[in-house]
Amino acid sequence: MNKPLRRIAIFCGLLIMALMIRDNWLQYVRADELNAHKYNRRVQIERFAHERGNIITADGQPMTSSKETSGSDFKFKRTWNNGTLWSPVTGFNSQAFDSSQLENIEDKILSGNDDRLFFDRTLSMFTGEKKQGGNVVTTLNSAAQKAAFEGLGGKKGAVAAIDPRTGAILALASTPSYDPSVFAGNTNADTNARQKLLNDKDKPMLNRALRETYPPGSTFKVVTASAALENGLYTSIDEPTRSPVPYPLPQSTTPLKNEGNIPCENANLKVALQWSCNTVFGKISDDLGNKKMIDEANKFGFNDEVFTPVRADASVYPKDNRPQNAMAGIGQASNRATPLQMAMVAAAVANDGKLMKPYMVDQLQAPNLDVLSKTQPEKMSQPLSAANAQKVQALMENVVTDGTGKRGAIDGVTVGGKTGTAQHGLNNSEKPYAWFISYAKTDQGSPVAVAVVVEDGDANRDDISGGGLAAPIAKAVMKAVLKK
Amino acid sequence: MSVVTNTTTIGAIDAPSRRNTELALLVFAVAIPVFAYANVGLAMTGKLPSGMLGYGLGLGLLAAVGHLVVRKFAPYADPLLLPLATLLNGLGLVMIWRLDQSPRLIQRAKSAFGAFHPDAPKQMLYTAIGVALFIGVLMLLKDHRILQRYTYISMAASLFLLILPMFFPAVNGAKIWISIPGFGTIQPGEFAKIIIAVFFSGYLMVKRDALALASRRFMGLYLPRGRDLGPILVVWGVSILILVFETDLGTSLLFFGLFVIMLYVATERTSWIVFGLLMSAAGAVAVASFEPHVQSRVNAWLDPFACYKTDKTGACEQIGQAIMSFGSGGTLGTGLGQGNSDLIGFAANADFILSTVGEELGLAGMMAILLIYGLIVERGVRTALAARDPFGKLLAIGLSGAFALQVFVVAGGVMGLIPLTGMTMPFLAQGGSSVIANWALIGILIRISDTARRPAPAPAPSPDAEMTQVVRP
Repeated sequence: MNKPLRRIAIFCGLLIMALMIRDNWLQYVRADELNAHKYNRRVQIERFAHERGNIITADGQPMTSSKETSGSDFKFKRTWNNGTLWSPVTGFNSQAFDSSQLENIEDKILSGNDDRLFFDRTLSMFTGEKKQGGNVVTTLNSAAQKAAFEGLGGKKGAVAAIDPRTGAILALASTPSYDPSVFAGNTNADTNARQKLLNDKDKPMLNRALRETYPPGSTFKVVTASAALENGLYTSIDEPTRSPVPYPLPQSTTPLKNEGNIPCENANLKVALQWSCNTVFGKISDDLGNKKMIDEANKFGFNDEVFTPVRADASVYPKDNRPQNAMAGIGQASNRATPLQMAMVAAAVANDGKLMKPYMVDQLQAPNLDVLSKTQPEKMSQPLSAANAQKVQALMENVVTDGTGKRGAIDGVTVGGKTGTAQHGLNNSEKPYAWFISYAKTDQGSPVAVAVVVEDGDANRDDISGGGLAAPIAKAVMKAVLKK
Repeated sequence: MSVVTNTTTIGAIDAPSRRNTELALLVFAVAIPVFAYANVGLAMTGKLPSGMLGYGLGLGLLAAVGHLVVRKFAPYADPLLLPLATLLNGLGLVMIWRLDQSPRLIQRAKSAFGAFHPDAPKQMLYTAIGVALFIGVLMLLKDHRILQRYTYISMAASLFLLILPMFFPAVNGAKIWISIPGFGTIQPGEFAKIIIAVFFSGYLMVKRDALALASRRFMGLYLPRGRDLGPILVVWGVSILILVFETDLGTSLLFFGLFVIMLYVATERTSWIVFGLLMSAAGAVAVASFEPHVQSRVNAWLDPFACYKTDKTGACEQIGQAIMSFGSGGTLGTGLGQGNSDLIGFAANADFILSTVGEELGLAGMMAILLIYGLIVERGVRTALAARDPFGKLLAIGLSGAFALQVFVVAGGVMGLIPLTGMTMPFLAQGGSSVIANWALIGILIRISDTARRPAPAPAPSPDAEMTQVVRP
């Protein structure tokens, strides 16, 4: 009987060997794949097993913190120090609903899993210290952020502020806002809180500063004026423009009128921007043509998504027919811009025509505060020459001193600005958006450029409403940056 | 003039008894689980577990008593079987205790049953009963050939044990338990496994020549006469049917494999293997086509993550969880007490205990555990080879083959190699019947190996010795 016994022995050996091969396949070959499998809850457990790093303002205030919790697999939970204020910057981080924006993009640093933290992790393995996440130091200015948020108050709208010299984002507010703390956990209460936010018709979770495009209205006339100067349509801001009032839109029977009785006939650029003449800028746009207008808008950053590193929607200067192009030149028709984009327009003008790439992450820090990486300011484009930029600055500063933007003025500081009231909706039936873009200037160049949009402007008082509603917010933000 | 005749593979006359080897190995088999126990405590709470002394003493005492009994009643037994079983049982206790500490499982038990009862103390009790049974086998069963007398009683007993759970309510979809008030539940299938092996051995030993030789050739296969094969086929068929109706598929697979192996060894005819494979394929297809329980298992095997796509809560099939826990363990594992194998939830410390081993001890630990199982099987097969009587050979190969199949079916199921059928990992998994029955199994193997390795009595001096001189030319 021994021959079949030996065969059975081999058979049993093969059974055990099959198990061993299978085990090697699972635990060695497929280990990484299974360990990071999307259904593997350990990935989530590990993510929340340690204290997460924080997102910090440029002046050292943490926007976030972590809280130890009990009663679930997830030991730590994200909390916010004034989440309503900072959620447009940080995004959310939830045990149950993943994360967004900076929390998502810089997750590896914050969770401590980044390869650049490998040495720290290895070291703490030996010293027995607890694993910790690194910090993200942003460029945000807490005073400016607060001024923007408080300025918007109960109104729907957004503020974006940039340092024109570097492109550093100083404020990024969006209202109505939400507190990401309310659904940072994974309980039913969190689910309900999130559902309530998602169902809110005011869309509190929408980041209006980056992800909402509005018709820019008259603030876009700054771009149109730049295009006129850059393309040599006019060489001086005091040169009369030979424009009629009302201006008959090309290929159309509709005349383009101005708001109120303002001196726009044959007005030069200075007067035209001071009073926000639709007739003048509509004509300039048509004179230059669609292609040149698109080119200039693109140099300011239109028609492309911006990564700050949080993605901002692409603003749109459309390819269109002549009458539509003329309307787009005054910020209407299909012209759409994000608040960040309009802040970039003001910043480019203030920085003598050099547009810096906007960014909001200054440094990534290891848990021991070692700097892992630092963002170097980067030039994005040159929408207008330094000489022409100074001409546009003169135009914008005139708007604040003598024009529609008086409410943006700050004592003892040179401020340039432009108001806007954007019609929208079918036959312009909806309440218009009030816009204000501006910059402040000191001896060391311009430290701040702002764009403010308030969604529920007053329909009847065109440019004044941009000056009335949005300009004081911009002023408060600029003052916060200037510490005045 | 001494005559040395080596009639078996390992049982040389005057072979050392190896009892001291067994003792030395037992020291390791007790020390390793005690260290593992300390390890879990340190990893989970930062201090040495309070029950450590009791645990170490308990395991050590059981091992010591086992060893002394072997020394006394089976002095020539295989020296590896007892230490290997002790090591597995000790590690199993540690794993069960570790899962008892899991807040997730405690929470789960509280919300499901209103209270949480740790399984480790119960398992320790079952281990003690198991070792007692082991000792009982060695003390009462002086010679395994006695079992031969009970061939037909075994048949009746195994069928009785298999039918018994039919009269008790199903637990988790399978009717394989009988519950005794005040004691708990018993899984008679585990015991039936051993008893049916006794029946097969006894019957086949008597009929093997008839089965092998008095056969008709049919389509290239040798088919035995009905009156030889009939009774065993009937018993086997009935037991499989019972198990299928109790939806205990793992055990029915085990019985089938046991039957084919023993028939093959008894008759030495390869045609039985072919026959067996054909029948099992037909049986598997038939069962899978009418049994939804099996279909869902096969589907889970084909795509372990399928249920996650529909069930967003993540509390779905165990097999996907088990595979992820193996993957998360990686090469060296997370360390005892530091994994999340308790995510499997239900049956984490029973059928799925191997995924805790995989996650916390890693590939290295799994290889070691599988090797230990392999060694037990290998010692069993060697015992069969060494046994001098056909009954002992058949019984030893039947028991070790069943052991190997059980390990393969459970481990293969948990690792997603084959569809999951639901059986316990011998010694490792939580479950009283399993531990007790497997200790009895080891006891019988030790008894057979003792008989096999026992020095043959010195041959009587031959009266013809003088007459068989070498004839010189």
